[in-house]
Amino acid sequence: MGVEQKLGNMGVVTTTLEDVVNWSRTNAMWPMLFGLACCAIEMMAAQASSYDMSRFGMELMRASPRQSDLMIVAGRVSKKMGPVLRRLYDQMPEPKWVIAMGDCASCGGVFNNYAIYQGVDEIVPVDVFVAGCPPRPEALIHGVLTLHEKVKADRFIANAADKK
Amino acid sequence: MEKSLEPIVKVLQEKFGATFEEFRGEVQCMVKPEHIIEALTILRDAHHFELLSMLSAIDYFPQTSPRFHVIYQLNSLEKNLTLQLRVPVEGESPKLPTSTGVFKTGLWREREIFDMFGIEFEGHPDPRRILNPDELEGHPLRRDFPLGYEEPQFSFNYEEIDLGKPYAKE
Ligand code: SF4
Repeated sequence: MGVEQKLGNMGVVTTTLEDVVNWSRTNAMWPMLFGLACCAIEMMAAQASSYDMSRFGMELMRASPRQSDLMIVAGRVSKKMGPVLRRLYDQMPEPKWVIAMGDCASCGGVFNNYAIYQGVDEIVPVDVFVAGCPPRPEALIHGVLTLHEKVKADRFIANAADKK
Repeated sequence: MEKSLEPIVKVLQEKFGATFEEFRGEVQCMVKPEHIIEALTILRDAHHFELLSMLSAIDYFPQTSPRFHVIYQLNSLEKNLTLQLRVPVEGESPKLPTSTGVFKTGLWREREIFDMFGIEFEGHPDPRRILNPDELEGHPLRRDFPLGYEEPQFSFNYEEIDLGKPYAKE
C-alpha cells in the first residue's frame, strides 16, 4: 500500500535538488537579532503586525546565533562591538547570510569617526546592503526578498563541482 | 552666591590661595594641582560635601599653559550645595594626583579622563582605558585628535578607497 492510496491521485513534480534546497532555505530563514542602534526600531516594526515579516517565513527572531541563518546588523557597530559581532557570526551554522541594515552598518553613515566601523563588511561578509537612515520596514523587507532571490539563484552543487 | 557657601569658599581662599568665579549662582574655585587632594578631603570631612557627582575635563587646545582644566563637581546632600573645583594642568602629558583615596567615584571617572584626554592620575590603582579599545592610539576628546576617520568615498575616488578598505574574509 503506497502513500498514493491514502492521499488520492497525486501529481508528480520534477525539479532539481538545488531548487528544493534553496526553496526550503528561503522560506524558513530565521534572523538573529542584532539591534545595535536606532535602526533596530525599524527592524522591530518590520516584525510587528503592520508589516509582518512572518509572511516570508521569518516569524522567529532568534536571540541565539546557533539557531539562526541570517544576521540582520541593524545599527552602527562600534570598535568594541566588532569582535563580539564576528564571534556571533562564527557561531552561526552554515549556510549563513548577513544583511547590513541602514547607512551605519553599510558604510559608517554619519559617524565618520574613531569609534565606529566604517561598514560592517570590515568584519563579516555582507550579502545585502539596505540603504536609509533608518530604512523603512518596507526597505528591510525588500532587502530580505533580494536576499531570497540571491539564495534561490545559488547553484551550490555546480559550484562545489567547479571547486574540485 | 548661596549664603552657606561663602564661608566654605573663604576657607579655600585662605588655605590654598584659590580664586573663585561665579556664574548664575554656580561657584567655581580654581585650585592648584598640588592642593587638590587636600582641598577635596577638607570639603568632604569638614563641609559635608560627601558626593563627587562629576569629574570631567576641558581641553583649551592651542593654549598650552594651562592646556587642560580638570573639573571636580562636589555636592552636599545634607546642605543642598554644589561647588566646582577647577584644576588647571599644564602641557602635553599632564599628571595629577588621584582622588580615589578621597572619593571612590574617582576610580571610573579618572579612567575615563585618562582615556579621553590622556591626563594621567598618579597612584590610580587600575589606570587602564575604560571606553575605547586598548589598541586605540591617541585620546579622542583632545582637540588635536582628528575629527574625521576615513575619507568619504565618492565616484572620483571610489577605487582608491576601495583598495585600502579592510574587507572581511569568509
Ligand atoms: S543608519 Fe541612521 S537610523 Fe540606522 S543606526 Fe545609523 S543613525 Fe541610526
